[in-house]
Amino acid sequence: MADSQTASLEPITAADGTPLKKKLAQALFRSRVRAVSLVVPLFAFVMASFVIPILALMWQGVYNDRFSSHMPNLTEQLTMWDGLTEPNEKMYEALVADLKTARADRTIGRAATRVNQEFPGTRSLFTSTARKVKKLKPPFKESVIKANKKWNNIEVWQAMKITSQDLTPGFYATALDGRYTVDQGFVRQDENRQIYVKLFWRTMLISATVMGLCLLLGYPVAYLLATLPLRASNLLMIMVLLPFWTSLLVRTTAWIAILQSQGVINDLMVFVGITADDARFSLIYNMTGTIIAMTHILLPFMILPLYSVMKTIPPSYMRAARSLGATPTMAFIKVYMPQTIPGIGAGGLLVFILAIGYYITPALVGGQDGQLISNMIAYHMQKSLNWSLAAALGGILLAGVLVLYWAYDKVIGIDNMKLG
Amino acid sequence: MEFALIADGVPVSEVYDVLGTEEGVARAFAKLDTIKDDVVWWEAGAQPPQLLADGEVVFSTAWNGRVFNAKNAEGQSFEMVWDGQIYDLDLWVIPKGSKNKEAALDFVAFSTATEQLAAQASWISYGPARASSEARIGTFHSDDSIKMADHMPTAAANFKNALQNDFEFWADNADQLNERFNAWLSK
Repeated sequence: MADSQTASLEPITAADGTPLKKKLAQALFRSRVRAVSLVVPLFAFVMASFVIPILALMWQGVYNDRFSSHMPNLTEQLTMWDGLTEPNEKMYEALVADLKTARADRTIGRAATRVNQEFPGTRSLFTSTARKVKKLKPPFKESVIKANKKWNNIEVWQAMKITSQDLTPGFYATALDGRYTVDQGFVRQDENRQIYVKLFWRTMLISATVMGLCLLLGYPVAYLLATLPLRASNLLMIMVLLPFWTSLLVRTTAWIAILQSQGVINDLMVFVGITADDARFSLIYNMTGTIIAMTHILLPFMILPLYSVMKTIPPSYMRAARSLGATPTMAFIKVYMPQTIPGIGAGGLLVFILAIGYYITPALVGGQDGQLISNMIAYHMQKSLNWSLAAALGGILLAGVLVLYWAYDKVIGIDNMKLG
Repeated sequence: MEFALIADGVPVSEVYDVLGTEEGVARAFAKLDTIKDDVVWWEAGAQPPQLLADGEVVFSTAWNGRVFNAKNAEGQSFEMVWDGQIYDLDLWVIPKGSKNKEAALDFVAFSTATEQLAAQASWISYGPARASSEARIGTFHSDDSIKMADHMPTAAANFKNALQNDFEFWADNADQLNERFNAWLSK
């Protein structure tokens, strides 16, 4: 039937004789290609500089072949070993063979560092035994243990078995204050080494506090910005934007000068007589200092979205509510506030997510109880060079942010957010 | 950790042996417990002179070069206590596969020569790594009245009770002790 219909109709053609339908499809296709090609540079840039590095780093959190690539023979033996029985002569032989090549290639440090992450104190065991490797004669089990009796500890071998697996949950276990073992799977880390879970909670707590304070302080400022006459609100806007444009480091340092025990605030309080000279408040190098400095630094991120939303609320709504008999408080809570929720959501989410990843400010003013998880990530990226653990910590943080984002979407709705 | 053990009466020659044991670590933390509430921890080398100058702390560990600079170039009234100092060596490294290996080797040879090490000491109060440089140490680059030799960590009077930082120990134990330290801090 379709055939008969097309046959009976004379196809409409364009000027050059091609059917119009085809011509239209061509034109649409061309404009689509043009549109896509405009986005391609940005897309490529985001992929190359953001998505791919993040995925590569996340991959490091579960995959680490430092041991297996430098200790191939031993890895093969360890795969066959059950992890519980006494290590056999073949494993020792493979160990000696691998130490020999690793020493010649000068790669011994890499494998040793990897094992040391699982079992502290083994790095020098590897390097010192590798130095003696030429003197080691069969039977290797005896001579290796004679070279260093630590090899007789089955935990060293179990740690090596764990590290010989390229794909490992070990780093995520460490990031959650645990350990991944051969015989028991996941076990809790010794109590005096548990730190990461605590820091995750502290990071969440501080971020939530900073968000709450920003909202509390930012809301009235944004309200004034939106409602004052232009002259006054412009001046106020500059006062909000000036610190926003100032370097983060400068503002943090300024807070050190203000808050330290010989600083402006403490001097003032001693002068007024609120506190004695020898009982000055410790306002910095602790959690208080971190919260104060972070609140100040992140405040504009709360004020600006709030302002942009409040600016669009016509003042006539409030007047209408008043004229219908609402008290000023009632009108504000029932009419004005609900309309600012998109701004609260945007500002809150922005401040919270920025706070979770905050690094420089807590490093400078955090002292002993103001450090955040980001400081630990930085430590493992820059100092201990345990990138896999840093990736695992970062992965957990990312997952946490995504969960919060999802929860926000469920409760308030992401479409309801207005960023500016 | 080392300073805590020295403060607890461990001779400098035994510090790392003690710190290598579980009891030694516990002992160091127990000593740190006694000052925990009064300590400001620093991370960047510029912090100690700043904290001292602000009166935020009354004494501090520090890189001696920073203290020397604050004292002599900025006129702060700081005094050094050399007893129980921990020293470390700086090293040159040429990455494997470097394109300019020859030039780099030339540079290392030049910069570690007796004369150059002695000259470096007139700019910052860090001891030359060669004993032969010692006799040639001059005066501070901006002030001829300051004899740099007296300010060297390696000067005989300062070097009596010194401990060399054991990087092998820290390569083995840094991760574990760092976790324990942070756990201790947040307790």
